[in-house]
Amino acid sequence: MHIPDGFLDGKTAVAAGALAAAGLGIALWRLRRTFPPRRVPLIGLAAAFVFAAQMLNFPVAGGTSGHLIGAVLTAVLLGPSAAVVVLSSVLILQCFLFADGGLSALGANVFNMALVAPMVGFGVYAFVRRVAGGGLRARLLATGFGAWCSTVAASVACAGELAASGTVLWRVAFPAMAAVHMVIGVGEAAITTLVVAAVAGVRPELVLEAPLAARAPRYASVAAYGLLVALGLVLFVVPVASGWPDGLERVAATLGFEAKAAAPVASAPLAGYVVPGLGRAVPSMMLAGALGAVVAFALAWLLAWVLTSRRPAGGRTRALETTVAA
Amino acid sequence: MSSRLLNPYEHRGSAIHRLPAPAKMAFVGVMVCTVVLVPLGAGMIYAGCAAALVVVAALSSVPARHLAWRLLMLEPFVLGVAALSLLQPEGGRVFAAMLVRSTLCLFAMVLLASTTRFTDLLAALWRLRVPALLVTSLALMYRYLSLLVDETGRLQRARRSRTFEEGRAFAWRSSATVAAHLFVRTSERAERIYDAMCARGWRT
Repeated sequence: MHIPDGFLDGKTAVAAGALAAAGLGIALWRLRRTFPPRRVPLIGLAAAFVFAAQMLNFPVAGGTSGHLIGAVLTAVLLGPSAAVVVLSSVLILQCFLFADGGLSALGANVFNMALVAPMVGFGVYAFVRRVAGGGLRARLLATGFGAWCSTVAASVACAGELAASGTVLWRVAFPAMAAVHMVIGVGEAAITTLVVAAVAGVRPELVLEAPLAARAPRYASVAAYGLLVALGLVLFVVPVASGWPDGLERVAATLGFEAKAAAPVASAPLAGYVVPGLGRAVPSMMLAGALGAVVAFALAWLLAWVLTSRRPAGGRTRALETTVAA
Repeated sequence: MSSRLLNPYEHRGSAIHRLPAPAKMAFVGVMVCTVVLVPLGAGMIYAGCAAALVVVAALSSVPARHLAWRLLMLEPFVLGVAALSLLQPEGGRVFAAMLVRSTLCLFAMVLLASTTRFTDLLAALWRLRVPALLVTSLALMYRYLSLLVDETGRLQRARRSRTFEEGRAFAWRSSATVAAHLFVRTSERAERIYDAMCARGWRT
């Protein structure tokens, strides 16, 4: 999901960069006030940990393999503000050291993967945990579902930025990105849940106690982060998703890119809410998304149930097979 | 491992290597902005940027094979995003233009990374008044990156030498366990690092 250079136009890159800088600033300010000084080196080391853990292979099928993304994992283990700084550090280092993700798209990448992903994921996690109770099973369920939602949300933000830049049409970018990441999200959910369950097995206090940064009342920062994510949605996703008028679309199609300057953030007439010229792909994708969320929730619940109902002694690795068979 | 992961040529002593890091960062920043912002028809500007980068690459004494290999390794990610534009009408032109732009920017970034020490980049960020917590985190991440990757390798080796089960579910469980242990070890190591930092006069 790393956007390379050259895929975003100036206004999108600058807007995403401003949102990312604001989010990162809030996170740094929160951490300086609430994070225990003893744990400050952990932020840098956790970034190195995310990088190293992303190199672990999870075999999928036919020789392909997936890997951890880590947004919800860091948010669950260290708290959301620390997750923002950790994931931003990973993205900055990947950009400067490995040229992975463009320099002009760094702001957009930080916004998608270090702000939207952990915030949406942690929001879903906190909500599900509150509804489902405080035990390990509820936490694992919340982790899995949060990880799925965070992956899909980040991909939608990415599609919105590409569409707002005029490089890829929304009705192409949204279904393609969302569909692919609804599948990737299942893997991410499974990996994150397994890792959190394993951490809970070794050091339960790291999972079962509140995240480190969650002591003072958090309403102000919740509101600030929520506002930033919502602002990003309003800027990048809502215009292209709702009011892409027929005329602009045709111009964009016939002229390729010259229409790029004319199909921007601000030119979304509200009349477009009728969704006239939108392809069938977007509404059906919405439906698929809702169905996917239900399926992902069911899978997360199943995995959490399997992982927490293993027999107390012995058969650690057997538990998975036996409970699935039963 | 570190030779594969980090940049093996960043310590060479060519004229390009000796330039101050902020100047190189500014050059790359201006070049990336130009390439990204000029209209797509401006072939001359792209050609000019490409020529400038080739000259810099020749002066930098970084082997061309290394640069080409790095670019080739990164090109699939560009192709992945650019492929989306092929699904729309008139996508071919967009695709080609995206490819040229991205490759130019990648070339610039790869050159920057292989001619500038990461610690110099961090010092430049520090002077630009990037918040201290972020710079410290980046520095610690850079310092412990190869160490943690090696530790992951050791954990996996230890795991493989002790368990013999086959199957995908088991592979997932064992990789997840390795990640979990890595996290626990990382958080313990962070506490030791904090003690060491305090012992050397770091103030919180």
